Amino acid sequence: MLLYALRRLLLALPLLIGITFVSFLVIHLAPGDPVELQTGDPSIESSAQAQKMLRELYGLDQPLHRQYWNWLTRIVRLDFGRSFAPDGRPVIQKISERLPVTLLLNVIELLVIIALAIPIGVLSATRQHSLFDKVTTVFVFVGFATPDFWLALLLMMLFGVQLGWLPISGLRSLNWEYLSFWKQHLDFVAHLLLPVIVATFGGLAGLSRYMRQSMLEVVRQDYIQSARAKGLAERVVIRKHALRNALLPIVTILALSLPGLIGGSVIVESIFAIPGMGQLMVQAVFARDYPVIMGNLVIVATLTLLANLVADLAYGFVDPRIRLAGRRSR
Amino acid sequence: MSAFWRTFRKNRLAVAGGAIVVLLVLVAVFAPLLAPWDPHRPDVKRMLEDPSGRHLLGTDQLGRDVLSRMIHGARVSLAVGFVSVGIAALIGIVLGAVAGYKGGSTDGAIMRLVDLMLVFPSFFLLLAVLAFLRPSIWTIMTVIGLTSWMRVARLVRAEFLTLKEREFVLWSHAIGASGFRIVWRHILPNAMAPVLVAMTLGIPAAILTESGLSFLGLGVQPPYATWGNILNEGKDAIEIAWWLSFYPGLAILVTVLAYNLFGEGIRDALDPRLRQAMGRGR
Amino acid sequence: MSRLADRRFATVVLALALLALAGCAGEPDGPGEAAASTPAKPAYGDVFVEPILGNISGLIPQLTNDMISSQVSSLIYSGLVDLDDHSRFVPALAESWDFGADCRSLTFRLRKNVRWHDGKPFTAADVLFTHAALVHPKTPTARRDDFAAVESIEAPDPYTVHVRYAKPYARALMSWATAMLPAHLLRTWVEQGKLREAPQHWTHPVGTGPYKFEEIRSGEKVALKANPDYFAGRPYLSRVVYRVIPSQATIFLELKAHGLDSAGLMRGLTALQYTRQTEYPAFRKAYAKYRYPASQYTYLGLNMKDPRFADRRVRRAFAHAINKQELIDGVLLGLGREATGPYKPGTWVHSPNVARFPYDLAKARTLLAEAGWTEKNAEGLLVKDGKPFTFELLTNQGNEERKKVAEIVQASLRELGVGVEIRVLEWASFIKEYVKKRRFEALVLGWAIGEDPDQYAIWHSSKTGPDDLNHVSFQNAEVDELLERGRTACRREDRVQYYHRIQEILAAEQAYVFLFFRDALPVVARRIRGVEVGPNGLTYEFARWYVPRGEQRYTAD
Repeated sequence: MLLYALRRLLLALPLLIGITFVSFLVIHLAPGDPVELQTGDPSIESSAQAQKMLRELYGLDQPLHRQYWNWLTRIVRLDFGRSFAPDGRPVIQKISERLPVTLLLNVIELLVIIALAIPIGVLSATRQHSLFDKVTTVFVFVGFATPDFWLALLLMMLFGVQLGWLPISGLRSLNWEYLSFWKQHLDFVAHLLLPVIVATFGGLAGLSRYMRQSMLEVVRQDYIQSARAKGLAERVVIRKHALRNALLPIVTILALSLPGLIGGSVIVESIFAIPGMGQLMVQAVFARDYPVIMGNLVIVATLTLLANLVADLAYGFVDPRIRLAGRRSR
Repeated sequence: MSAFWRTFRKNRLAVAGGAIVVLLVLVAVFAPLLAPWDPHRPDVKRMLEDPSGRHLLGTDQLGRDVLSRMIHGARVSLAVGFVSVGIAALIGIVLGAVAGYKGGSTDGAIMRLVDLMLVFPSFFLLLAVLAFLRPSIWTIMTVIGLTSWMRVARLVRAEFLTLKEREFVLWSHAIGASGFRIVWRHILPNAMAPVLVAMTLGIPAAILTESGLSFLGLGVQPPYATWGNILNEGKDAIEIAWWLSFYPGLAILVTVLAYNLFGEGIRDALDPRLRQAMGRGR
Repeated sequence: MSRLADRRFATVVLALALLALAGCAGEPDGPGEAAASTPAKPAYGDVFVEPILGNISGLIPQLTNDMISSQVSSLIYSGLVDLDDHSRFVPALAESWDFGADCRSLTFRLRKNVRWHDGKPFTAADVLFTHAALVHPKTPTARRDDFAAVESIEAPDPYTVHVRYAKPYARALMSWATAMLPAHLLRTWVEQGKLREAPQHWTHPVGTGPYKFEEIRSGEKVALKANPDYFAGRPYLSRVVYRVIPSQATIFLELKAHGLDSAGLMRGLTALQYTRQTEYPAFRKAYAKYRYPASQYTYLGLNMKDPRFADRRVRRAFAHAINKQELIDGVLLGLGREATGPYKPGTWVHSPNVARFPYDLAKARTLLAEAGWTEKNAEGLLVKDGKPFTFELLTNQGNEERKKVAEIVQASLRELGVGVEIRVLEWASFIKEYVKKRRFEALVLGWAIGEDPDQYAIWHSSKTGPDDLNHVSFQNAEVDELLERGRTACRREDRVQYYHRIQEILAAEQAYVFLFFRDALPVVARRIRGVEVGPNGLTYEFARWYVPRGEQRYTAD
């Protein structure tokens, strides 16, 4: 197992370089040009010279392989470069001022979703066709099909405008600096409440449906049947034997959603005016801000590789029969 | 087969789900006959009218009948929802099964492809190929299918990893059954549970992705309606014209629920052991 | 101080004239108006909370090119001259100036005792430095050309600046409205070619404007505080907080909950919000609504490299077939005005006396028939030489207005028997792959128009290359000549003739099918007084806005 993990980690490095290389090419070759986007204003006669200057500043005048090499030699020293946006700020600074909020929101969401979805899934599986099962099924699908902006605006109107209980948008009240320490935290929590509710409601369906379905699947396996035949209490059967084996898809899904922790939902962020990663990335993509896009890509790629490795290792714990390291297929 | 039908028919919810899916497909097929108004023709004097006898679901920002647009929109939205999810499931099942069953370096290669696809900036790839692609329903379905199979692949592979070590599979090997037969008859049917969920959840996701693709000029172009773009256009007017974003959302919800019931009904009917087990469990 | 009083008076007179002329500049405001105009004593204090749709991209204004950044920096910096709400030049850091009759020499006499926000005196050295900074080869600015045109610049004493141009340069005076930059803080950054990295660009901007920089939280807010030493008098409002709120729907909800004092002074409400969601007493009591034509127009551009569109009759036929009032009603809910050319109605350069193309389908059909489009095929499409008249109409993603225009144009032209396929594309690839490469038949786009009327870059026949902006390939010898004259004449009396003639030709040729100017629809909280709207908006006098003592909401000072 350890050997397997080590081998995967060693392999991850060339893979990472490969991924960034292919992505770098595609991003640069795709239509669009950061310089043109910054100099297309008709009220100013932006000369060819201004364009040339920006190209040189961004290093876009060099051949593509050279550009990639420059980028790579900087990135190995953890230098993400400077943004192509007119603010010209370091990429790492731009990302690091956005990341904490996004991460905080996403982690809270994920925890709430896990805490709700797994019990919902287990209960509706063990009581298939019961009223509880039917109600939760409709409930989680309603959450899934409801557009984020719909629910967000609805809640903002109700709690923000009509009742005035919660702040509508942003992360902090305008008088935040003047509040006491505890009030500041309370204020912050109040601002996060609606976004978390919106994102959670939409995310419940995923995990709970996987949980339910794989629970249903496991319960009918022979070993569960025999556990039952042995006269073990249903509760014990479920908790000791069934649940653990049903976690396999949950591990997969959680691993797949791990890299998403650093990506924000653009819709939720822009409606609640939260300065998160989603908005930063969308702006970067539209403005062809290559350094920011690549910086984010490196982080996401690293997380993806790690998360899937962790998932593969976790399979072994969920079901000891799984032997990834053992080669030779029969 | 007849046993399958008998069990399926008894599951009234599943039958209802199936009926609704069929009904939706029929609506899509006969859209031009069913739509009371021209779905594309603007009439700015009647913009954002409340639902009424004349316009059952109201009108949109250019005065077009929302009901007619919903009916016509069902064509693209349902096709995209079902077909692209089908494509994704097919690719995901095949690659996931091969990776999980073969293991070793085959598994490694396929899973690293999955990693690459998960990270890959597909937005830019789509932009790059856009020059050669004309937006059509086929390109939309293919694009969504080709970029959303990774989850299914990893789910199926995980199932295979555990199933191939189970007694009944090992036993099949022992009696000399062919690999393909083992996979097809014994492993695959047992690995389908998470795929079913992924497909169910994939349908609304695909329907909404379609309207997202209009970012790239790849989605269905105006004035043609899809549920996704009716919903998006309603965003600006939500306070005065709730129906614009409500009905498309409702249609998507009904589709998912119906498909979910139908799918689970089929699943249960194919597997009588499950009913037995649950029955005994209580 | 006298300049303020003078301008106030002139503003009123001109505003009245314009009201009569253009229909409406400032919207008459109904029940709350009385409250707003009751005499109240100007008082210092209170905070103005303003939404901005996106993050700023920097605070050295010449390095940025978005509306939001320039809105924020306009309160931090000042230029030598300023343009008032009627586009007239007024003194700012320069108390007076002489523009030589040859349009080549310009002399500024600077205000004395002006200080930078850090207390250092502002002198002619700063003016020279600003010029040097903007022509420095490593300064990434799109405004270089204005200053590269300068032949020589010198300061005989700390309060006088002589500028000389190699050729007559019409934009000369306008260009000096640009923000003056502090030499003592930025010189080394400019010399190293790293102006973007200067702290003044992000966290420590220093200007001479009415407000000082206080704080920035990226993506969240920018806060400014009043500059007590502002040369035109201490601003009344103590602080201005710009909150980043990317969603128009959220801005509106915040407005309803009284979390904001405006819906954005530059753009304001959406047409739907303005007409359908704000007409209830509580809203009208809390906010005053304004309305003036925004400085941007929307057009239908037909690529004249396509032989069908090279024929003027076809372009004119389209102009007749598109009902502009229907467009304005459908897309803007009536809150806009027809565009007859590329200049904003109500400005000095706009000419109302140009050819009009009223909605007239019969006329349109006749024109198309003259151009040889007489037969129709089974689908009802016009056919010439066996080919049906169909084309692809492109527009950019993210602009609902343009998408709706395209949809209405499509339906209108179908009436004529012309088939239109719409395609909506992401902006960057739209520009790069379609507009620059001229790979389009027709497009719906808009121009934001600048203060100076020079549109050489858009209409001159030399500007049809791939990197140029004359993307419809309009070519007209007379327009070429008029454009050249217009940019080398410096007196408005002369220039206005050239530009009026240009407008006549552009309209007659339908170089674009000009569609409409949208109205900007700002709202401002009623407790804020001193707000006046001119044809160029309402922010010009911002430093004079105030809240009477008894109505102040925020005490933070």
